[in-house]
Amino acid sequence: MKFLTDPVVARLQAEMRTPDLSGTRYRTVKFLGQGGMGVVWLAEDRVLERSVALKVLSAESSSAALAARLMQEAIVLARLEHPGIVPVHDAGTLPDGRTFYCMKHVEGQTLDRHIERLPLRQRLQLFQRVAEPLAFAHSRGIIHRDLKPRNIMVGPFGEVLIMDWGLAKVMSAGDPSPAAGQVSGQAPTRDASGAPSVEALASEKSPTAHGAVLGTPGFMSPEQERGDISMIDQRTDVFALGAILQSMLEEQPGSPPARALRAICGKAMSAEIAARYASVEKMSADVGRYLDGMPVSAYRENLVERTVRLVSRNRVAVVLILAYLFMRLLFILFSRH
Amino acid sequence: MPFHQQGDAFPLTRHSVVEAVQGGDPDGRRRALDAIAIAYWRPVYKYVRLRWQLEPADAEDFTQDFFSRLLEKDFLASYDPGKGKLRTFLRTCIDRLFINQTRDAHRQKRGSGAIHVSLDFQEAEHELSASALSVPPEDYFEKEWVRTLFALAVERLRAHCQTAGKTRQFLLFERYDLGDAEARPSYAALAEEFRIAVTDVTNYLAFARREFRRAVLVQLHEMTGSKEEFQREAQALLGVEPK
Repeated sequence: MKFLTDPVVARLQAEMRTPDLSGTRYRTVKFLGQGGMGVVWLAEDRVLERSVALKVLSAESSSAALAARLMQEAIVLARLEHPGIVPVHDAGTLPDGRTFYCMKHVEGQTLDRHIERLPLRQRLQLFQRVAEPLAFAHSRGIIHRDLKPRNIMVGPFGEVLIMDWGLAKVMSAGDPSPAAGQVSGQAPTRDASGAPSVEALASEKSPTAHGAVLGTPGFMSPEQERGDISMIDQRTDVFALGAILQSMLEEQPGSPPARALRAICGKAMSAEIAARYASVEKMSADVGRYLDGMPVSAYRENLVERTVRLVSRNRVAVVLILAYLFMRLLFILFSRH
Repeated sequence: MPFHQQGDAFPLTRHSVVEAVQGGDPDGRRRALDAIAIAYWRPVYKYVRLRWQLEPADAEDFTQDFFSRLLEKDFLASYDPGKGKLRTFLRTCIDRLFINQTRDAHRQKRGSGAIHVSLDFQEAEHELSASALSVPPEDYFEKEWVRTLFALAVERLRAHCQTAGKTRQFLLFERYDLGDAEARPSYAALAEEFRIAVTDVTNYLAFARREFRRAVLVQLHEMTGSKEEFQREAQALLGVEPK
């Protein structure tokens, strides 16, 4: 038996981890990161001469369920054509048998890093941009289920992209949620490549068994923590968005967040599903109302707070009125003397 | 020596070696024990040399003794895959056996014919002297385990390539992937040496690496105690972030 030196063993290990791209149009450039079920490599598409990201199932993951989940992620992404969702270019099986998909290589920072120096107003505006692609996905009956700052990328031009749809749930017509109907009305089909469509995936036995706990602690809703798959709908993502907004406010230096903003987070993160915002749009609209100096639906303000808000919202008018009253007062005083 | 590994089917076997040892089929049991001895004797020998500071001759006797007892005493009958890795269990057995033997002060030397694989202790001793011994014996055991896994996979690949008429592919793999990094030839140099096109070098190496990947997984299956352990080890060894 040949004795293998330490450097040779290390080289072989690295070789084993690298996806086999022989005979494909791709060439690995460097390792980017590892997710729950796959590794992401920066690769070069030799045909189109551009950088892409390859998400490849881990070498040892011979599990058909994991391969199906990765493929489902690719199909979900392919169906969600939105500027805020990373586009998929290709999917299939590599020569070494591993399932993969190819997507746009996103350069930028994760949300938590990006907001470090942003003032509150810009943070809230950024939050609203996060909500847009999510609302779009919900309109297509797809729940992300693993939203967190590290799964949100902000590009060099301020574009927001929601990443890692590996835990996404495709709502079927039978799901008890407002979004369920969005994907109904079409028979389960297979697309041109023979891969199951989103609708077909929704109707097939889900790779997520009831009782399976999927998500990230801190951003996971109570129904996810319980593994109660049947209760998951877009309000599960609303919960995660509430946790994201809360983290964006907590990382804000200086004064503590306003009560209205805290109330928005509280409502979104309510343990009772029915008490949360019914949709991402409604939550985003509440944040928008706060930005516009309007009352938010999540918080009933008292007279003082309302006055302060009205004053700060109509600062110019208030200053003009006060100036007018002051001038008027001066005029009266001078008239008497 | 009935060296069962090369003759076995290349694809993954359905049952782990532990299941085979614990099973009722005597032939399957014997083959499984041979497989364990082939995979583990080097780590065991080197471990007792380092951990218990045994002289080479004593370490040889102990290693022979350990695998003989593994065969005779049904050590593996008490192994529960749910409680830990097979190699951790074996290492615990080694320590216990050594402590018992020392306490009883009558180490029984057993005949080397009790197990059916040849153990080249001289080679193991040479490897030991060539290794960096700065790590604790337990970590060294782990490291040796990985080294043995890959070395046995290389032997599997060699046998597979010979059977499949792909000797050139193996030779290329051996020259490029198993050689010293400093003396690593370029693809062009390999193409010239083997009198083939550079694209053939790429393809042949891709074939060999693909088959090597499979050989490692087959070998890993033989060196782990359960499907769960196999999957965990594969994840830890092959699926995590490369450095």
